[in-house]
Amino acid sequence: MGGVCKMGQKYKSGGKLVENSAVYWLCCMGCLSLSALLAPPTEATEEVSLDSPEREPILSDGPSPAITPVTPTALIAPRAEPNVIMVSGMFEQSLDELEEEAAGDSFDIQISVSDPEKVGDGMNAYMAYKVTTKTSLTVFSRNDFSVKRRFSDFLGLHSKLASKYMHIGYIVPPAPEKSIVGMTKVKVGKEDLSSTEFVEKRRSALERYLMRTVKHPVLLQDPDVLQFLESSELPRAVSTQALSGAGILRMVNRAADAVNRMTIKMNEADVWFEEKQQQFENLDQQLRKLHGSVEALVCHRKELSVNTASFARSAAMLGNSEDHTALSRALSQLAEVEEKIDQLHQEQAYADFYLFSELLGDYVRLITAVKAVFENRMKTWSKWQDAQLMLQKKREAESKLQFTNKPDKLQQAKDEIKEEIEEWEAKVQQGERDFEQISKTIRKEVGRFEKQRVNDFKVAIIKYLESLVQTQQQLIKYWEAFLPEAKAIA
Amino acid sequence: MVVSVSEMMDDAPEVSVSGFNLSVSSIKVTEAIKKENSLVFVVGAQEFPSKKQHFVDRKFEDFEWLQQCLLMPDGIPGLQGIIFPPLPAKPCAFQSNTQEKMIKQLGLLGLDDDWKTYCMALEMYLQLVVSHTTLGKNQVLRSFFTQTQGPGGQAGRKGILNRLSQALEEIKKENHQDVDEFFRNERASNSSLVRLTKATTERLIAVVRTQQNIALACGHFSTTLHLGVGPDEDPAAKTFSKLSLKLSEIIIIVKKNFECVAENNLNILGLGLDLVSRYEESEKEMLFRRTCKLVELEQNSKNLEKAKPAKKANMEEIKKASEKEFRHISDIARLEIQKLHRVRVEVFQQCLTSWCEKQLHAARETSSILSQHLRAFKQLDSTE
Repeated sequence: MGGVCKMGQKYKSGGKLVENSAVYWLCCMGCLSLSALLAPPTEATEEVSLDSPEREPILSDGPSPAITPVTPTALIAPRAEPNVIMVSGMFEQSLDELEEEAAGDSFDIQISVSDPEKVGDGMNAYMAYKVTTKTSLTVFSRNDFSVKRRFSDFLGLHSKLASKYMHIGYIVPPAPEKSIVGMTKVKVGKEDLSSTEFVEKRRSALERYLMRTVKHPVLLQDPDVLQFLESSELPRAVSTQALSGAGILRMVNRAADAVNRMTIKMNEADVWFEEKQQQFENLDQQLRKLHGSVEALVCHRKELSVNTASFARSAAMLGNSEDHTALSRALSQLAEVEEKIDQLHQEQAYADFYLFSELLGDYVRLITAVKAVFENRMKTWSKWQDAQLMLQKKREAESKLQFTNKPDKLQQAKDEIKEEIEEWEAKVQQGERDFEQISKTIRKEVGRFEKQRVNDFKVAIIKYLESLVQTQQQLIKYWEAFLPEAKAIA
Repeated sequence: MVVSVSEMMDDAPEVSVSGFNLSVSSIKVTEAIKKENSLVFVVGAQEFPSKKQHFVDRKFEDFEWLQQCLLMPDGIPGLQGIIFPPLPAKPCAFQSNTQEKMIKQLGLLGLDDDWKTYCMALEMYLQLVVSHTTLGKNQVLRSFFTQTQGPGGQAGRKGILNRLSQALEEIKKENHQDVDEFFRNERASNSSLVRLTKATTERLIAVVRTQQNIALACGHFSTTLHLGVGPDEDPAAKTFSKLSLKLSEIIIIVKKNFECVAENNLNILGLGLDLVSRYEESEKEMLFRRTCKLVELEQNSKNLEKAKPAKKANMEEIKKASEKEFRHISDIARLEIQKLHRVRVEVFQQCLTSWCEKQLHAARETSSILSQHLRAFKQLDSTE
């Protein structure tokens, strides 16, 4: 086979019988783009593509060939867009294989986001971040490389991933939030503490976002992700300007959820899903409360830092006015100690903030994605049920045919209805498969999510403890240094 | 008691005329009890050398009465030159007590809900009074420390410290040029120290309040962590609950640490700063009294010059009397000022040393507990 895929890698080929049609497929094991063909592969590989009716209405700039299940009947009506669709049976297999492969690879990838740099002037200015990847994974062509990306690039990546994977049950990590206020300050050139803090907060959030994304074995192999990390030029994500992808996803989900809750009464055969949904609801509440608590703590620590600095200044002035030499020196030392303590308070505040506050915030947002995935399962079920109803209707229509048509048109009508019945039978089966698939995927994803959650919090607690211990040990040093000064006063 | 008054005052209380002596270090104000609408303080003291114990209940009005009595011109020359040990401000009424109000009324002493800090300040006041060479001999001390019935409640006796009516005149007199360089310098230095010490105390108040708030926030965080833990079937959920509880424990340690640090700031450093601050105000008042005397003297001298021959002799006597008084006041004042300078340095020394030691101890303890937790946690992590 002489074909090459979109990433320029050679295709491997194969064929498979699926249902009653022979579907041939080409697979590029390098970029894992899969293409479905209507006919046996020839030199000129012809790609037929279709829009997936189940796709989330995300504004996306055409994701690269990816893995999206759709019913085979869709193949019959070709359309213009050069997107590629897979048959779910195959898809399931290859993604499973993917995950197993990925699990075999020791997870060795480190991504850092650094060097925020302001590009341009005025309201068109933006921050460019350096994204550095260090890895030994074979899916990358190099071990150590970096690219420049801006915030909308990250949003664009997320929106592509969400459109590809959310509706089949994968929990896609949400991108960091847009902030109009924060960004305006930076654009306008306000170089104060709050804008520096904002940039740092964003930088850290982007880093966490990327690490979470690549930790997902399926997302790691996605060509959009690879392109984002590796390629020096990236087409501008224009559709992220109005609202962030995550924002729209949420908005749409909420609207859809509201509708769904009114219309979809799902017969939950599997109690696991019901329990899990309730658990996530509880977890959501709990995390929000915790987040509030930690924010209050961070706020007070910052206040303490300000007050300590103020006290230090006062003590210094008092020391300067003091005639008694030893006392004067001691008071000045007191002022210095307090200044150092102020530094410690600031550092500790940052630790509180980044270790817990941001982590909790990330998880609150992640749970939104989890809820969306559960909703998608409900939609998938609903679609399956609709297909069943439709099939029923067609069958009823078939039996009524005898009485409704003229004899000469009867055979034509019979053929038509037979075709439709076949079409809907296939849709029903597809619907069932999709539902089983998404249920299976969600179970796996939830398991992975739970493990990740436990791990993240464990790591955070250890880091927090270490920072607390370090603060106390610094304090000990300061007090030990000050004590002789205090004793020497008189 | 952190600041040891008896250590500071080298002049031990001498045997007084009536034979009533108190051991300075035995003087205690142990607690504040809320009775009906007011606070009652339990005051204890031990006689020296008989070791007889006395315990009485005293209200703030009783302390006020004591202070007024001490200020009564008693035939002691130059009494006005004494820098009186400062009495804390009057505690406000209960019903509408918020921390804001307490702090506004009492300054730093209002930060402690339990009135412990306030009691310590009263205790120091009594110790300072009793150990003062002149004041310690005053007979009223006997009734204050021994009489069951509180002596206070006698309103209206105005002592020399009453300056409510002196508003504008005060400012004019305060800035009156001094004849003596020593006093000129002292007045200037006192004026700036009063301001700076007060400012430092106020900043410390802000620090302690924020620390108290952090302790509360930690408590809140810890409780929320606890509340989220429920019966779990899922192994992941179980582990998460365990983690939450562990974190909750750690946050409680942080909370306790903050409470301890805040307490040290308040009851050691704060108390010392507050005492110094109020003592400086007291010095200011003494200097003012002396300046008033100076103004009076200068007025009398002018009158003498202007006086008609018939009145001259009279004027001369008045002038001589006020001159003598002024000299007495200045002599006493000089001694008192020097003593105050020494006391100030000693207060700071004791205070800063003790405060540093306590904070160091707190840091060591907390560091050790947290390290233990960290080790245990890491072990747990590796075994799971």
